[in-house]
Amino acid sequence: MTSESSQASALWSDAMLAAAVFAVAPSRLGGVVVRARSGPVRDQWMALALSLLAPDAPQRRIPLNVGDDRLLGGLDLAATLKSGRPVFETGILALAHGGVVIIPSAERLEARVAAHITGAIDRRDVAMEREGFTARPPAEFGMIALDEGTEPDEHVSPVLADRAAFYIDLEGLAAGPHNHSLWAGTALDSARERWRTVNVPDSIVDALVGATLALGIDSARAPLFALDAARVLAALDDRHAVDAGDAEIVARLVLSSRATRVPAEPDAQQPEADPPPPPDEQQFEEPANDSTEMRDGPLEDRVLAAAKAAIPADVLAALVAGQKALTNRRLSGKSGAAKPAKLRGRPTGARKGPIGRGQRINVVETLRAAAPWQTLRRREASSNAGKTGGTPRVLVRSDDFRVARFKARSETTTIFAVDASGSAALHRLAEAKGAVELLLAECYVRRDSVAMLAFRGRGAEVLLPPTRSLVRAKRCLAALPGGGGTPLAAGIDAAVLLAEAIARKGPNPAIVFLTDGKANVARDGTGGRGPAERDAIASATALKVRGFKAVLIDVSPSPQVQAETLARAMGAIYLPLPFASSAVVSRAVQSAIGRD
Amino acid sequence: MPILFPFSAIVGQDEMKIALLIAAVDQSVGGVLVFGDRGTGKSTTVRSLAGLLPEIDALDGCRYHSDPKAGCAVPGCCGIVAGSRKAKVVRTPVPVVDLPLGATEDRVVGALDLERALTQGEKSFEPGLLARAHRGFLYIDEVNLLEDHLVDLLLDVAASGENVVEREGLSIRHPAKFVLIGSGNPEEGELRPQLLDRFGLSVEVKTPQDLKTRVEIVRNRDAFERNPAGFVAEWAGRDRELGQQIATAKKHLPSLETTDALLERVARLCLTLGTDGLRGELTLLRAARSLAALEGSRTITDVHLRRVAPMALRHRLRRNPLDDAGSTVRVERALAEFFGDLAGRRTG
Repeated sequence: MTSESSQASALWSDAMLAAAVFAVAPSRLGGVVVRARSGPVRDQWMALALSLLAPDAPQRRIPLNVGDDRLLGGLDLAATLKSGRPVFETGILALAHGGVVIIPSAERLEARVAAHITGAIDRRDVAMEREGFTARPPAEFGMIALDEGTEPDEHVSPVLADRAAFYIDLEGLAAGPHNHSLWAGTALDSARERWRTVNVPDSIVDALVGATLALGIDSARAPLFALDAARVLAALDDRHAVDAGDAEIVARLVLSSRATRVPAEPDAQQPEADPPPPPDEQQFEEPANDSTEMRDGPLEDRVLAAAKAAIPADVLAALVAGQKALTNRRLSGKSGAAKPAKLRGRPTGARKGPIGRGQRINVVETLRAAAPWQTLRRREASSNAGKTGGTPRVLVRSDDFRVARFKARSETTTIFAVDASGSAALHRLAEAKGAVELLLAECYVRRDSVAMLAFRGRGAEVLLPPTRSLVRAKRCLAALPGGGGTPLAAGIDAAVLLAEAIARKGPNPAIVFLTDGKANVARDGTGGRGPAERDAIASATALKVRGFKAVLIDVSPSPQVQAETLARAMGAIYLPLPFASSAVVSRAVQSAIGRD
Repeated sequence: MPILFPFSAIVGQDEMKIALLIAAVDQSVGGVLVFGDRGTGKSTTVRSLAGLLPEIDALDGCRYHSDPKAGCAVPGCCGIVAGSRKAKVVRTPVPVVDLPLGATEDRVVGALDLERALTQGEKSFEPGLLARAHRGFLYIDEVNLLEDHLVDLLLDVAASGENVVEREGLSIRHPAKFVLIGSGNPEEGELRPQLLDRFGLSVEVKTPQDLKTRVEIVRNRDAFERNPAGFVAEWAGRDRELGQQIATAKKHLPSLETTDALLERVARLCLTLGTDGLRGELTLLRAARSLAALEGSRTITDVHLRRVAPMALRHRLRRNPLDDAGSTVRVERALAEFFGDLAGRRTG
């Protein structure tokens, strides 16, 4: 218990240290990814991190559903209409110049928004090419990305994470006291002045770069962040050169969370077959306490040991189990908020027409259509109604109205829900894997996606979030586990949940179940055939109500009544395929779901 | 305008650098596609091209910075014909234009000039990014996230060298000859094969795995961050030399002959690899010629062919998504066989 609490307080003081270092040079250190649900601990950290920033530094929040026009800047419609000439407003990114942007729920940030942010970070300005307007306002800022993911696979987008020097995990921590002496305002101010001139000895550059190599960190940004963070640390400590102590600290703060492999060691433990422990258990008991013994070793070893000791427990477990950390940890972000159903899809231009119900006017195009006629109309208007005075600045007629058109996405996302229970699981799993790969090959050309979840033991698990990427798909499929009971209800629930999430984003979900329909684990995780089957039927009915397309493929050696009943309950097409091969499953799904 | 990292100071990533230089020497090679991990310097390298290329002559006041030798024939622009006395020539840097992801279509192709329309009631065309990239490079980071229809449009214009605008009652065509460069990270999604094929060259970048190179990368980048102007000055000489090399190669290009024997080699190679269509052969030939010009060679040899073959053909292999070996591995395997067999004959 005491070692746990001391571990926690060490983590907290590291989080504070990261905040202070970041506050000295936010734009050069890119940012901080904070993994924590909202709560007092995160609030305390945020308040402190923001208070450490330079007093005049702007702080801007980027809402999840931010539009391009607000983010990058764009036509200010009200002002444009009022003044009769285009007026542009500055976007959030340009307004944050010299300060920080705060991204709440960063794990759900859309790829499009993330790309804008990273573009601005890389170029240090905002490239604006919108609505007849071109500008490049400067935008040097740091970001604080609040990763509120609750699932182990919910993480802030890797493109953002790569551009943030620090990754801190406040989950399960209690706020602690902080060391005031280190971050008095004057110390920070003088560090801001001086950190760029701090010298880094060659041996430390070598040691830090060597550590990235040993930890399997490929991005060149990591060692650069480490160097700058070390400079800031030295400056905070009022030194003119980085020393070995700084190097050890930055190895811990910057490098450890990026590790994709555990450096080789003579007494390396045997890889464990167990899956990584759930994060709420044994979170802090991992790092070894041998760093003190390493004090006298060569610099490289000390830096590496410092980084290694700080690799978060869950990552370490995953690494030891032979999985790549990056696939589990900084997986791509979940996309943003639900869009209105009627106006979904990508805009495919505008068409002339009256504004009716449920249609969206394309203001810019409307103004464009009206624009060439303004002089003529004004002349006309002033001769007709000169007495009434005050003609509007822009004369828009019904003829000018342009309505935005959207092309509904016709893509399909196929969810494979695979019964991975029991002895035959491995065999069936192999078939399902093959089918997914086959479908993926076809989807690749059509730009459709597939997702995969497996249910076994006591619950269901999403193995492959919706993807079109062959690289990621293969990596996830390779690590598919099998064995245990049959929690059919949990599997159906998980599939429905995933289908709902997909439908909110746009594509049409279709669910393919591969099961024998023999449920023996109820929804609450207890065994027993009776309740398990009742729960399964209830879940299946819920699926039918939601109206998702579904196919149930009966994989038992001889067709079963249970499976057919279940299929009927969920309104699914029932396909008894006792000895289904990958190709047969793939063909069956194609024809059953139908391509539209 | 931020200071650009010098091209010559980029450590490693030779294939990407050569591909960009090849495209700089001969635009007809087609675009370059750069796929690779995060933090490998893709964007840095492409953007640094701007500082490398020798300046070009352009008509002063022309919105398409037309070549004075060709004049400007776009209606509504300067209207200066070649050799006209009115023509004032300025030296301008080769444009390297960034196409940001959020760009709207009207800013890309050009659209009605809203301001002039609103204030003067005039219908006039405001050129977009394509016009700005004329005679230079158009760079799209995260090309795999760009809307498909925009990528299609860009590839069309890049291939035809002309931008045709038919919108809002405007009917304009203007020259838009540029090299399209796209970069992206395969983990975020892939490009449709139809689009892949239309990029001339395709390179894959990886992080170097030896300590010395990595330290050098970090040192250079760190030195640049700390003193951009000083660092650029330090490398200016080498950048200028490289720029000169490109200019010389451009002049040298037409004098390089394509022999029948070479054509046959190219065709045989493409047949062996089973690439679809003629685009592969054309690109292979042009890229080899461009490389030969760049190296000041008088003839195009197998060595040139061998060096450009992976980047010219890698993305044209018929894709088998279930084959675990990446296309790079497959191309290399086939090439080793193809050219190995030749080496044997030459000695014998």
